Amino acid sequence: MAQLTYDQIDQTILDSLNPPKKGYWGIVAVLLLGVLIGAASWVYQIFIGIGVGGQNNPVAWGTYLINFVFWVGIAHSGTLISAILHLFRAGWRNPIARAAETMTVFAVCIAGLFPFIHLGRVWLVHYMLPIPTQRLLWPNFMSPLMFDVIAISTYLIVSSLFWYTGLLPDLAVVRDRSTGTRHKIFKFLSLGWTGAHEQWRHYSRSYLFFAALATPLVISVHSVVSWDFALGITPGWHTTIFAPYFVAGAIHSGLAMVMILMIPLRKIFNYQKIITQNVLENVAKTIVFTGLIVGFAYATEYFIAWYSQNIVEMESFRWRATGEYRWGFFIMVLFNTMFPMLFIFKKIRRTIPLLFGICLLVNIGMWFERFVIIVGGVAHGFSPHAWGLYAPTLVEYGIMLGSFCLFFFLFILFVKHLPSISMTEMKETIEKGALDHGA
Amino acid sequence: MNDFPLTLPLREGYDPKRDFYPPHDHRNYRWGMVVDLDKCIGCGACSVACYAENNIGVVGVDRIIEGREMAWLSIERFRDPDQMGNITFLPMLCQHCDNAPCEPVCPVYASHHSKEGLNNQIYNRCIGTRFCAQNCPYKVRRFNWFEWKWPGPMNLQLNPNVTVRSKGVMEKCSFCIQRIKTTHDIAKNEKRMIRDGEVKPACVQTCPTDALVFGSLKDKESRVRKLVDDPRAYQVMGYLNTKPAVIYLKKVIHEV
Repeated sequence: MAQLTYDQIDQTILDSLNPPKKGYWGIVAVLLLGVLIGAASWVYQIFIGIGVGGQNNPVAWGTYLINFVFWVGIAHSGTLISAILHLFRAGWRNPIARAAETMTVFAVCIAGLFPFIHLGRVWLVHYMLPIPTQRLLWPNFMSPLMFDVIAISTYLIVSSLFWYTGLLPDLAVVRDRSTGTRHKIFKFLSLGWTGAHEQWRHYSRSYLFFAALATPLVISVHSVVSWDFALGITPGWHTTIFAPYFVAGAIHSGLAMVMILMIPLRKIFNYQKIITQNVLENVAKTIVFTGLIVGFAYATEYFIAWYSQNIVEMESFRWRATGEYRWGFFIMVLFNTMFPMLFIFKKIRRTIPLLFGICLLVNIGMWFERFVIIVGGVAHGFSPHAWGLYAPTLVEYGIMLGSFCLFFFLFILFVKHLPSISMTEMKETIEKGALDHGA
Repeated sequence: MNDFPLTLPLREGYDPKRDFYPPHDHRNYRWGMVVDLDKCIGCGACSVACYAENNIGVVGVDRIIEGREMAWLSIERFRDPDQMGNITFLPMLCQHCDNAPCEPVCPVYASHHSKEGLNNQIYNRCIGTRFCAQNCPYKVRRFNWFEWKWPGPMNLQLNPNVTVRSKGVMEKCSFCIQRIKTTHDIAKNEKRMIRDGEVKPACVQTCPTDALVFGSLKDKESRVRKLVDDPRAYQVMGYLNTKPAVIYLKKVIHEV
């Protein structure tokens, strides 16, 4: 297999920015329709009340919180690939780093919408901001929801800056190879990058520092999100395992989402020589690892429920596996821990359709894990008189559809307007000889 | 769980080995209630009185089936599995805990501990995150899922001393704070303290069997405080260390 040249890399990636085929705009239109359905559902909810959802007493938190945790989880894996693996100098991550980081930025944006969507009086959300007021009222920093505000906004700012810093040299390449309006836009976006030695030095330093800044955020932000539940008194929520459990689950679902994005991307833009089979295989191997951690977490929860001999805890976990939502529990365990184990077999992890299919199942399973935790915990709490069930309504499905469509809408616009693979990092990889020649 | 001591929502209920935070500094009064389960006949008049006094929204059959009833005070029924004919009625209302799980989790301080021991829900401040309801182990908090309707002549029955809550706001039993406030004003005008038994929340006023007793737990001579010394006294889910201000007197059944 011949070594890739700088020119080949540039050309392959810049080709992706060519005017798209007709089918592209059709897909964009469908996704935009989904986004508008979501927006309309939300507006309807603001005018009529949260009651249009399926929440009730005792299950006051439903799909909005589930989706919030789901999207934050997906975001973390992007940062793992682009920041943490950069610090570990794992060259195999270079082809997918840009798309992973973009996935992070978009996923955090969407996750950040859900705390607004689930509020009863969203027009008063500014009460949560520490703005000095005439009444000298400050928000309650003891509340895990306040921790969330700080954590998510920090993560959004750091991820966006990290993403933009990494993009700079690539934006300059597009500027240099384009004309007309595109040239003007990219001239503005590339902030005067000339490729001088000094600039490269600053670029690699700041990229490294941002990677180092983003790394602890992967652990801390999802730990903070998990404490929304762990700091609550409800049986099934009040447990110290949540921070590592959620972080591992986040990486698990995010890696699966990266695969779901990468596999079609690779096919459509002919990136096979850059995003090689080996890269996909490495991600699949990591999914096995995170699947094992998640499985261990499930087992630990049950062990502790039994070991504690606390009747409330034992009843909560007994109900999870055998009660009205046992199908959700079954999906969670099967899709998150059993199916990823198939990646142990080399044949399966080298077969692209199977890779895609199993990763899709992992994402579904991880959504159900949040369902089992959030709904299953509160539906069957301390007082039997307050046991209840929950089912999402059309409005909630509409908003959920809107959020998924928004994510893919943003991503599909990204792949056609910005370089979806980091040309800079691919060239660095060639220099260092870290590029593997796997087919 | 069963040998957790009775932890009164007063200074004496605090133990540094068990409690992370120091006791609250209650000024003059610490409102509390005693519910005698021997006397409660489950008639539900207290619940209806609460609806009338506090402008609680009537939601309709469909909403109740969905689990969205707004009753601040509800009667829980418990049966002895060996003797299904024996029903114990437990009026469950906001326990106004000294160590309320709903208070630290509200991001905007809408759930607030007053200087007289009440857990106040400040409607104007609530933005509807519903974390307080998730964290309440007694599940007594009610959320306004919609804007409830008051078709005439029901609107003529609304109590002018109590806010009518809009949608998106959490609410719960307030120990009829409007009646406490009125009594405070009368006592202030007469330059004296509030007498024991002068404040009667709607449920206490309406109970036909005198099962509900209300007063200041801080006043050692008050009827509530004396009833708390009854050997039948216990707190619902007291082992959670919430230090509820509603103390129940166990029902004792004699077989003849």
